[in-house]
Amino acid sequence: MAEFALRVNGGDRKVDVAGNTPLLWVLRDTLAMTGTKFGCGAGLCGACTVLVDGAARRSCQTLVSQAVGKQITTIEGLGAASGSGGLHPLQQAWIDEEVPQCGYCQVGQIMQAAALLAKKPHPSDDEITNAMDGNLCRCGTYHRIRKAIHRAAGQSSDVAGGER
Amino acid sequence: MSPVSRREFFARGAAAGAGLVVAFYLPGCRSESGGGPFAPNAYLKISSDNKITVMVPRSEMGQGIRTALPMILAEELEADWKTIAIEQVGASTLYGSQQTGGSASVSSTWDPMRKAGAAARLMLVAAAAQEWGVEVSACKAEMGAVVHAGSQNRLSYGELADKAGKQAVPADPPLKQAGDYRLVGTRVARIDTPAKVRGAAEFGIDVCIPNMKYALLARCPVIGGKVASFDDGDAKKIAGVSFVGKIGDSAVAVVADSVWGAMQGRKALKVQWDEGPNTGLTSAKIMQSMRQASSGKGVTLYSRGDVAKAKGRKIEATYETPLMAHAPMEPGNCTASFRGGKCEVWAPTQDPQDCQKAIADALGVDVTQVTLHVTLMGGGFGRRLEHDYGVEAALVSKACSGPVKVIWTREDDMQNSPYRPATLHKLRAVLDGHGQAVSLVHRTIAPSINLQHGIALEDGVDPDLKDEASLIYSVPNALVEFVRAETPVPIAFMRSVYALDTAFASESFVDEMAAAAGKDPLAFRLQMLAKDEEIKFFQTVWQTARMRGVLQLAAEKAGWGKAAAGRHQGIACFGCFSSYAACVVEISMAKGKPKVERVVTALDCGQVVNPAILEQQQQGGTVFALANALRAQITVDKGRVVEENFDGYAPLRMSEVPVVEAYFVKSAETPTGAGEPPVPPVAPALGNAIYAATRKRVRVLPLVS
Repeated sequence: MAEFALRVNGGDRKVDVAGNTPLLWVLRDTLAMTGTKFGCGAGLCGACTVLVDGAARRSCQTLVSQAVGKQITTIEGLGAASGSGGLHPLQQAWIDEEVPQCGYCQVGQIMQAAALLAKKPHPSDDEITNAMDGNLCRCGTYHRIRKAIHRAAGQSSDVAGGER
Repeated sequence: MSPVSRREFFARGAAAGAGLVVAFYLPGCRSESGGGPFAPNAYLKISSDNKITVMVPRSEMGQGIRTALPMILAEELEADWKTIAIEQVGASTLYGSQQTGGSASVSSTWDPMRKAGAAARLMLVAAAAQEWGVEVSACKAEMGAVVHAGSQNRLSYGELADKAGKQAVPADPPLKQAGDYRLVGTRVARIDTPAKVRGAAEFGIDVCIPNMKYALLARCPVIGGKVASFDDGDAKKIAGVSFVGKIGDSAVAVVADSVWGAMQGRKALKVQWDEGPNTGLTSAKIMQSMRQASSGKGVTLYSRGDVAKAKGRKIEATYETPLMAHAPMEPGNCTASFRGGKCEVWAPTQDPQDCQKAIADALGVDVTQVTLHVTLMGGGFGRRLEHDYGVEAALVSKACSGPVKVIWTREDDMQNSPYRPATLHKLRAVLDGHGQAVSLVHRTIAPSINLQHGIALEDGVDPDLKDEASLIYSVPNALVEFVRAETPVPIAFMRSVYALDTAFASESFVDEMAAAAGKDPLAFRLQMLAKDEEIKFFQTVWQTARMRGVLQLAAEKAGWGKAAAGRHQGIACFGCFSSYAACVVEISMAKGKPKVERVVTALDCGQVVNPAILEQQQQGGTVFALANALRAQITVDKGRVVEENFDGYAPLRMSEVPVVEAYFVKSAETPTGAGEPPVPPVAPALGNAIYAATRKRVRVLPLVS
């Protein structure tokens, strides 16, 4: 065990954990921030995505020791980090487009999308697909994820359907 | 294990019988002379601060029942939707079966929820009339208040709650007509969305109770294997590991003060396995055993005319489907605290009462000693109808004498789960000189999922097949049979259950029949549905007109027969869980591989409660089904599951998912299933599109292996 000083959502946090502990479990078990999810433990599904110095990182593949000295942003701090004080525009778009079904992967999807918009405020469909392709959703909400990203970017997109 | 089969449960739910009605008008639930909230029945509480709480006795796994069920009650209550909150019901004796499966949450609560709301509304109106000294008939409930027409006096439900509690509970309140609905049938926003996007929604894996530790279990990698011995020396050296012990016959638990500690401890644990009798089991042998059983005597699911006498051109084909895994995004988990002969459990479960009973049995305590809370679930798809997580958590808590959360890794989930069974299908048909089908035989060879769960066969039939093997075509001679072929593989109910398999076989084969007859696949199907007919398949009475309706809806919206150059279409339809579904898949071919470009899916599930949520089920079910059709396959070798994680068993990613357009038929019929019916037509429609593109018939799932 060793002590690590982390900067999470703008606050200083000291944790005493084994140095090979993935950031995911430090967030969830040590800091009781359970918004970040465990999905595969192998960097294959994106459910555990957080921002490290603004870039999307799989927290299950990021050791706590690698996160020292960096700005870590989780879903719990995303709204504040966006400067709105409330919800990040993506979170609002996720509500407006009714994206989640089971909702388990959506935190990771939102964090991944936040990193995308920070770099590309008006992404094309292809840019969205490229950025989001590592994030699995078993409920199949991808088209609404795409719509919500466009909405947050101030763009529109639509799919036909509905009552006969 | 389960006292109620899924089939029996749907039948009861659909009938919404008197048993349920009696069960929910509970005298004990009424508030006594003020104080507590107005609770005319077990489904509803109205407090004097005007907060209306609807009890939700089904499990939320993404299908939207925490919104849809309260909408049904609020409609009859004439409540203001903004004042509605929900409370998740744990394992209870007040609501009949709480099993969340068989696409039955809406259909089974449709009557009780409506009656609960209507009864409360009548009591609130009666209380207001009494208060004002006017006739009940002069008062009207609207938007969470009772209004007196003459005086325009108005009292909110909260203000009336105390007095309403003193009114007689009406036994059989009249219900609204569909034309008067103002909430049901509208796109009400889901109650659970804001918490989910803030990361504040508490799933099973997020539960935290005081002094809780974390456990992982080592399970035998070989199906049916057991623990011979174990050496915990190294495991106990890992920081934070506090307990290592055998759980049941086939697992060893490692308990630590963090998940990571438990993971490291399990890695350091040495277990000698008694691998048991299945070390030679392979996927090929599983399918071989199906083939061997295929010519044996079957039980008849449906028979019409005499297939032996049909004369004409004969065609036949064999179809196969593999083992598949549910793989919900939230890995298995459960939290339990066993103390003093009692156990409190926080379970992401689709069947709280059955889970409670399984835990009580495993602990050797009475079921009343187990309190079970139902958590939010990160997907279910039938995986959480199983009680392995719950039983493990309770046993580990007892063994280590403290509260514990058991977590499964993704590899545990992929390799130690029960799976959708592998199945085999033999079909044959006879076409007359005009290319009309005069005979159709479908023989399904599969293990019984229910039997493996301790639920008896009914006259030799797995009860699920009564909902999932229907033939809804007017063929003069037809025979649908089931041949039971058991294998050692643990099997489970997975979204649409047998319907995925039977529909893949039958709807691909109908396409073969159309091709043999030289007819358009849509026209060929419509010909077999042309006559308005009721086809009884066990308790379900199918109507050819409704099947025709969804088929034409899907075809029309997809522009059937008008695909652009380089695009190829396939169509299929199927009925299960009393709903009718059809789908058109449009593909392009690149380097000999199909790319799914567009899917149009159509559903007739009777009265729609919330079109936005239905659309999610249709689109999500289609994406789930495309993954199943394209590449979902669990492989067994040397008795072990080969796939480990989302690389070997890969759900579809954004780049692979086409546009899915969802349409439904506007209907005032009693609601039927929505979560599963969109699934079965997808694989055959895709296979049929591949045939349209290549003239090669795909008879084995996954389609692209």
